[in-house]
Amino acid sequence: MRPKLKMPSKKWVTRKESGNNHSEMNQRLNKRKVKDNVASVSARGILIFVNFLALLIFCGIFWKALPILSLVSLPELLFSSSWHPMKNEFGLFPFIIGTMAVTLLAMIISLPVCMLTSIYLSEYAKRRFREVSRFAIDILAGIPSVVYGLCGVLVIVPLVEFMGELIGVQTTGYSLLAGGIVLAVMVIPFIVSISMEVLRMVPEPYRESALALGATRWETVKYVVLKKARSGLIAATVLGFARAFGETMAVLMVVGNVAQIPTSLFDAAYPLPALIANNYGEVMSIPLYDAALMSAAFILMLVVTLFSLTAHYALLKVGKTIA
Amino acid sequence: MSKIKIKKLSVSYGNHQVLNEVSLDIPERQIIAVIGPSGCGKTTLLKSMNRLLDLNEDVAVSGDIAIDGENIYRPDIDVNALRKRVGFLPQRPYPLPMSIFDNVAFGPKIHGLDVSSLSVVSNKEREGKGNKGTQRLVEHYLRLAGLWEEVKDRLNAPAAKLSIGQQQRLALARVLSIEPEIILADEPTSALDPISAKLVETQFKILKENYTIIFVTHILRQARRLADYIIFLYMGDLIEHGPAVRFFGEPCDEKTKAYISGEIS
Repeated sequence: MRPKLKMPSKKWVTRKESGNNHSEMNQRLNKRKVKDNVASVSARGILIFVNFLALLIFCGIFWKALPILSLVSLPELLFSSSWHPMKNEFGLFPFIIGTMAVTLLAMIISLPVCMLTSIYLSEYAKRRFREVSRFAIDILAGIPSVVYGLCGVLVIVPLVEFMGELIGVQTTGYSLLAGGIVLAVMVIPFIVSISMEVLRMVPEPYRESALALGATRWETVKYVVLKKARSGLIAATVLGFARAFGETMAVLMVVGNVAQIPTSLFDAAYPLPALIANNYGEVMSIPLYDAALMSAAFILMLVVTLFSLTAHYALLKVGKTIA
Repeated sequence: MSKIKIKKLSVSYGNHQVLNEVSLDIPERQIIAVIGPSGCGKTTLLKSMNRLLDLNEDVAVSGDIAIDGENIYRPDIDVNALRKRVGFLPQRPYPLPMSIFDNVAFGPKIHGLDVSSLSVVSNKEREGKGNKGTQRLVEHYLRLAGLWEEVKDRLNAPAAKLSIGQQQRLALARVLSIEPEIILADEPTSALDPISAKLVETQFKILKENYTIIFVTHILRQARRLADYIIFLYMGDLIEHGPAVRFFGEPCDEKTKAYISGEIS
């Protein structure tokens, strides 16, 4: 049986019947308008608040970080290697280098994997396989950072220690290399899913044009698809960078956390996020320690934000130019 | 002489049957028009001849297509080599993301065509250093496609900067550059302005001296203007085919008569 159509309200019917209930209709209309206004104003208010939140965090951190500059100059803060909070020496250089080294290493490891994976999924794989892989990649992306850290401690760290032994380097395994590997695994699903989207954005007829000339799949990828998708792939990579740069937990668990400038892959490093996470609880007793950590946080945020903005800008442009 | 022999070709996408046991012979060095209402399988027939249909995952093809006696659906056929013999001009030009020059040079480059051995390259250039030969080749095919005069001063500009009519002639030059024997064209003028369309048609008439050109069109007048031979498809069935004069002059089938007179479209 077909369900009966519900009338909006009984009033409606009676109004129609009586025929001259203008004031009632106006009243109803007003009520609806008020509700509409409430909804739009409150939604807008919340949105503005959320947008402000980003600014607020920036300003808050900046404000909290400012006192450190009264003690040490900006160049000293950024480029001095001595980190002795007890003696009021706050050089962030080892941490900045640590962050960059781990990030860079992760990108070097993950980029070939990411590009080949996304090219295969987008250009070679059958639809079915693509769907299944996409699902698997989503699962990878959703694994909590701390679980990656655990896997790193249980598998990667001993592996690195073993590798060190093989080539005759003294190492505990907690090292730059372990951090880089764990971080690489973490950013892979992220970069792959964006890269794949970008590659799928290249319209099919471009591939057809090249294939119809007798090009092989790989020639089509190399000369046509990658060229079309280049800026999008760069954006995906930069977003991956931003991700890796700020990742804390997993890296902290395997990287060793020694405030030094690492000179080999098997040395321990100490990235900025790990510095903040490890020390923020105990800063109360030392003046300016708090401000120093805040300045580290500020640097971190600034870099990640810059990365993200560039990448998003590039991705926006890709949408326009790719077709 | 027939260039292409199609035997009981059936094509379906999933559950949707697009071509129904089509059998016909296609003559050499003529302009052949495939006509019929939209959705009747014209493009599918065209794309079956260089196996561009393979790109679609859901497609199922049965039957034979033989070009010069060689079945192109044999499993061991080299598809890339086949596509070099059977060029394809798409409905809308999608210039490769490179310069005008490279668009034309791309085909010869990937097929490793020995530039210096081509007849269009003179002896003098063959001895010269660098890619003089390639330059001559690009010029040759751009001329053949009727585009050279318009682009000769900006060969290094991105191909995407050209107008759509110019892009389509560039696509034609690109097809010609791989020296195919057969050119398949899928409504090659439908996206073009009348003047560019005319230019492409003119090139076709010149090219049929050396190439077998099979083109899809839904414009009956264009088929009349250009074609020597007509293939009429209706709902996936081959209704009638034959020389254009006979086809338009004394059509046999009722459906053909109805289509020609505009009763079905």
